[in-house]
Amino acid sequence: MKLLTLNFLTCARRTCKTSPSSFPLHPREAELEILESELNLVFLRNILPRLMWSELRGIGEELGLPSLPESPPSREDLVTKPSPAKPSSVTEPSSVEEEGGEGEEVPSQTAKDLHRLLLETTIKEGKLVCGNCGHEYAVKEGVANFLLPGHLV
Amino acid sequence: MSRPEDTLPPDLFYNDSESRKYTTSSRIQKIQSDMTRRALALLSLSSPSLVLDIGCGSGLSGEILSQADDEGTPGGPHVWVGFDISASMLGVALEKEVEGDLLLADAGQGVPFRAGTFDAAISISAIQWLCNAESSEDSPAGRLSRFFNGLYASLRRGGRAVCQFYPKNNEQKKMVSSAAVRAGFGAGLLEDDPGTKNAKTYLVLTVGGGDLDGDITGVVRGMEGVDVMDQRRKAKSKKRAEDTRGSRAWIMNKKEKMERQGRVVKASSKYTGRKRRIAF
Ligand SMILES: C[S@@+](CC[C@H](N)C(=O)[O-])C[C@H]1O[C@@H](n2cnc3c(N)ncnc32)[C@H](O)[C@@H]1O
Ligand SMILES: [Zn+2]
Repeated sequence: MKLLTLNFLTCARRTCKTSPSSFPLHPREAELEILESELNLVFLRNILPRLMWSELRGIGEELGLPSLPESPPSREDLVTKPSPAKPSSVTEPSSVEEEGGEGEEVPSQTAKDLHRLLLETTIKEGKLVCGNCGHEYAVKEGVANFLLPGHLV
Repeated sequence: MSRPEDTLPPDLFYNDSESRKYTTSSRIQKIQSDMTRRALALLSLSSPSLVLDIGCGSGLSGEILSQADDEGTPGGPHVWVGFDISASMLGVALEKEVEGDLLLADAGQGVPFRAGTFDAAISISAIQWLCNAESSEDSPAGRLSRFFNGLYASLRRGGRAVCQFYPKNNEQKKMVSSAAVRAGFGAGLLEDDPGTKNAKTYLVLTVGGGDLDGDITGVVRGMEGVDVMDQRRKAKSKKRAEDTRGSRAWIMNKKEKMERQGRVVKASSKYTGRKRRIAF
């Protein structure tokens, strides 16, 4: 399971819905795996404002990952700033325009780091624990089990 | 032909051998992929989004979500999370190394994501299963209500969901769509090839608010065979009905809660939660 997904999952128990401590779920005894995928800049830009950043930082810490900056990157931080006017931009304005135009934005290191963290870092085995009720959701082969026994629904 | 829903619970019906048979049948692959494309056309996503796939099974529907725009998936590739009640189906999805994240979960128990998580949701050939309750403490109405309430909350304002399903009869069609309306959705039913044995039913759902046209009539306007269940008033404020104390969705929620606690609740009418005119 991607760390992205963990930033949106909550405890499934009805009685936990209203409790702030039912999010985020806390990974325990987690075995991580990196699964590489193609970076999608437009998706990162789309999802960025929806992330709960301080919770993401906290989870990163719990997993022993390198610590994240205190505040989230901005959308502008995701693209490499066009380098200040090079001689070529004077001689070939048309090609520069093409590059600077649609589609050709270059992901910054920040975008690459964010992609690595959210979409490539996955929990392969372990469990996710609710901070409110303590219920444990097992993760096996990357799949978390959210089935609740009837009396907890 | 008997309906699988009437024979076994879904996690037992979709066991290892059935899951494999289902996924490798080229006839089924074709039908599921056609219906997923139809659902995606109804969602009209314009850029890479976070999408939920309810009853994702072995990933036949999800694989299409992962395709790029030029491979025929509007706005793709999308990032998706799928959940399913059958471990065997998910096992086949794992073997295929689908790109979406997978969860083992029962839609009838709710949708365990925080509010406003997804841009959109699809469900292909799954939610008719919610019309059967496997235990005596549970009921189809309770399962449908937990599912649609959870789905409504998990979608962003202006978000949409499309659920293709196989209703057993008109009564079931109505039971499902009115459960969605009670959860706060704007809902429309679209039927392809009605009256034939290839008939396909799509429940198109919208969440009001946001910049998208959350009004269901905007989505299905001009489409053939669309039956608009509930012409929602255009959301005037950005606030979602669900959040507003006293709103219809809020009242329905309360009612459901009270019913679950065994209290007697006044039967809901189409007037439930409507603003009353102030009497002079
Ligand atoms: C016909 S398959 C469709 C799978 C996939 N969407 C596709 O298009 O191939 C129906 C799926 O719904 C799942 N399902 C049935 N009831 C469910 C429930 N209550 N919660 C989650 N999944 C359910 C079944 O396990 C099965 O995988
Ligand atoms: Zn909990």
